[in-house]
Amino acid sequence: MDWARNLLFIGVVVGGLTTLAANLLPPSEPAPVSQYVAPSYREPDFRLTVVRADNAFRKDWDEKSLNHSELATNLIQIRRVALGLMGTIPSLEEIRQIEALPADQQMPWWIDHVLKDQRFHDYFGERLARAFVGTEDGPFLQYRRRRFVTWLSEQVARNKPYDGIVRELIAGDGLWTDHPATNFITVTVRPEMKNEPDPVRLAGRVTRAFLGIRLDCAQCHNHPFTEWKQADFHGLSAFFAQAHLGFRGIQDGDGAYEAEDRYTKTKSVIEPSVPFLKEHLPANGARRDRLAAWVTHPKNEFFARSTVNRVWAIMCGKPLVEPIDNLEPGVQIPVPLQILADDFAANGFNLHRLIRLIASSEAFRLDSASKYEVGEKEEKAWAVFPLTRLRPEQVAGSVLQAASISTINAETHITIRLLRQIERSNFVKRYGDTGEDEFEGRGGTIPQSLLRMNGELVRDRIGGSPVNASTRISLVAPNDPKAVEVAYLTILSRRPTPKETTYFEQFLNEPGLGRSDKLADIYWALINSTEFSWNH
Amino acid sequence: MESLAHSGHHDRSRHTPCAGYHSMLNRRGFLGLAGVSGLTWLTPLGQLLARESEHKREPATSVIVLWMQGGPSQLETFDPHPGTDIAAGTKAIKTSLKDVQLAPGFGRLAEEMQSISLIRSMVSKEGDHERGTYTLKTGHRPDPTVVHPSVGSVCCHQLPSTGVEIPRHVSILPGQWPARGGFFGDKHDAFLMDDPAGPVPDTQSYLPKGREADRLKHLDVVEGAFAKGREKRVANTMHSETLANARKMMSSEQLTAFDVSKEPESVRKMYGNTPFGRGCLAARRLIQVGVRCVEVTLSGWDTHANNHTQHTKQLEILDPAFSALIKDLRERGLLEKTVVVCMGEFGRTPSVNPAGGRDHWPKNFSAAIAGGGIRGGQVIGQSDPMGKNDPTDPVEVGDLHATVLAAVGVDYTKVLQTPIGRTMKLAEGKPVKGLL
Repeated sequence: MDWARNLLFIGVVVGGLTTLAANLLPPSEPAPVSQYVAPSYREPDFRLTVVRADNAFRKDWDEKSLNHSELATNLIQIRRVALGLMGTIPSLEEIRQIEALPADQQMPWWIDHVLKDQRFHDYFGERLARAFVGTEDGPFLQYRRRRFVTWLSEQVARNKPYDGIVRELIAGDGLWTDHPATNFITVTVRPEMKNEPDPVRLAGRVTRAFLGIRLDCAQCHNHPFTEWKQADFHGLSAFFAQAHLGFRGIQDGDGAYEAEDRYTKTKSVIEPSVPFLKEHLPANGARRDRLAAWVTHPKNEFFARSTVNRVWAIMCGKPLVEPIDNLEPGVQIPVPLQILADDFAANGFNLHRLIRLIASSEAFRLDSASKYEVGEKEEKAWAVFPLTRLRPEQVAGSVLQAASISTINAETHITIRLLRQIERSNFVKRYGDTGEDEFEGRGGTIPQSLLRMNGELVRDRIGGSPVNASTRISLVAPNDPKAVEVAYLTILSRRPTPKETTYFEQFLNEPGLGRSDKLADIYWALINSTEFSWNH
Repeated sequence: MESLAHSGHHDRSRHTPCAGYHSMLNRRGFLGLAGVSGLTWLTPLGQLLARESEHKREPATSVIVLWMQGGPSQLETFDPHPGTDIAAGTKAIKTSLKDVQLAPGFGRLAEEMQSISLIRSMVSKEGDHERGTYTLKTGHRPDPTVVHPSVGSVCCHQLPSTGVEIPRHVSILPGQWPARGGFFGDKHDAFLMDDPAGPVPDTQSYLPKGREADRLKHLDVVEGAFAKGREKRVANTMHSETLANARKMMSSEQLTAFDVSKEPESVRKMYGNTPFGRGCLAARRLIQVGVRCVEVTLSGWDTHANNHTQHTKQLEILDPAFSALIKDLRERGLLEKTVVVCMGEFGRTPSVNPAGGRDHWPKNFSAAIAGGGIRGGQVIGQSDPMGKNDPTDPVEVGDLHATVLAAVGVDYTKVLQTPIGRTMKLAEGKPVKGLL
């Protein structure tokens, strides 16, 4: 196999050299688009939903006498879209393209551009997967998380209606390798349970991930704060009692769901039933098909609400109702959430439309800074955009992107992408993956600070290597103010304030270090700032 | 009931972070202070109380978890059944305790058994590595409504931090699922450290001093610009404070606790020239500077094939390290203050499969526990020599956790509120009778 190894080696070297050359040459940008007509944003019913949501927010602020902030700059909004949907910051190349457009066309162009980008499909697919199957490795033989995420990415890419995605998850048949949606079922398979799917865990997942309620708390006892009864939970579990794992993967057969009474220890057979909106449960069909139809029924408001709450959280770093699966009956549903949920259900559970709506809403576009004294109250009511800590993948993605002027996307050379992938996962491991609890408000940790200050990834990315942005800027920026501006745009997606410009110009003029070392120092400061590690 | 605050901000005012070092005034500190300042007039009663407490043992201050990733076979470690079918040829050796035998390969640990107790009746319901690890490390079974904190995080969260500038919760040679802070937040996650032969990750600046200072000056300028219009909220992110704490850690003398090369060669040799041996030695050095909990992982126990040979190899690493740790702690007077637990996520089947391996077996396995005031030389429970029946005096995972928490003086019955408002006991169990 020596020849194979040699071939591989040559391949890597050639690939590396090609990338190096490609990076040393000025980026060959296609002529920027100068006009963007986006009909989807102009449709009257789209506009109407945006206006209604905006009005509902404003009414709430008025009632609470809250001052709201001004709109954030387009670039900051663009950064939010990039982080929320692709897990990375926009590249300098992309910023240049955006700025070639008239101001009012920048966001529509960017959102539509992102919706077509594979980085969005992959990142969003992973975020959905966390809600659906968590982060666990699952059973070794019967579970392929990778396949599952890839499948989700594909559905996101072709904008498959969300109710259809969920129906396949709940009711799909077949092998987990062939029909990746069935991994939703097989992840619960355990050897102690004779390698059969676990109805209890599945019922918990379904209610939590698709309906935004915590019915699984009623698994052991009647829920203390809500109306859920233990029987409700068992009734839902029973829908999965006939899903079996065999040679053809997940298939429906027969079987009954038996629940044990915690006190009397007697077992009884429970028939499938739903806890509310019973009129929408089909009377006939396979058990899982019936459940899937009920969960995704357009009249089942829990489904649309929980999806809107989750997509909002993915895009903004914080859900409208916290915690994310606390949309229990009796919890007050914010009016804007209901407006978006109604639109989502009325328009065939169109995820891309929902994303466009959220990104077009005033609350998404408001500045995180305000001339008024604002605090937690305003953040809670979305009168000011909240500060939320970026997730480890977002920080890793941003560091990697910040080190390059051109966009690192699916078209980037495979060796670079592979390398980035490895660096990213190592970084995320040390940075501390937040797992499933994605939207807990938390401050940063000391290991994270250490990693940003001294870690290999940041050191290598900002250091003197010829492929890094700091070096390239120092080579190509015609003068110091331009070099400082390019550094700010590349890392913080904004221009420096006059004070910052003066300060760093002066620093670049000082004798001592070489120019690219000085730029590396500026890079370091920007990457270690609060602004870089937080969504704002 | 102690309620767990939701927002990071509120959280900080009540609990000191594990990975942090700043000592804040907590309840204990406050009581101590009150005692010094205002209550000294109660002299006779105070003296009486003081005398009373002399008889009570001080609780332990640190926990070391030797984590056997993969699930060791009880039969080839702490619970041999020589001469039976289930032994499949594994013999046993005598120990310093009459009537207590260990598997061959534990020659050195056998001499320390007066300090160590064995639980041969551990029972659990989780036979999957990830779920089993979660259960043994947290004392709770996986539950979709909450992520439980590991025992080390509980100790850090519940006990005060004083004068420790490095993380108080450390995982050496972390496996796939290192100890986490769970719903206490990721600031309670264990600090991850590889083989102590190498440097502590990311704590060395790669720049000359002056240039570092320059970079921090630049950072101030950028922070100033961002704070405009959001001063308080930016302060609430604690970003700058965390960075300052990280810098304090970088220059802390205590960091050398990770550096086992500072130990005499004889000591290093005693622990064994292996990453795990060095990990155990570093664990001792760390608890000496006040670290609360160190987890040291030894992987390689998942012996679905060639169980016996693989266990022999594993014991060559574990025996010197574990025995040296106990001996070293005892000789330095630290064993009384340190609970040492050696456990994995489950045991292995009494029967041997066609590949000469043993498969996962949560129904009955063993753990070893020592120090921290826990009675040594005890054996809790008996396993069935036929491998069919349940063990006598079964010990649930929650009981083991209650035992450890009781030893460090944490009220294991304490009820906390999880972020979604559900109540949760610190430990689902009671301390094992006969160990405390």
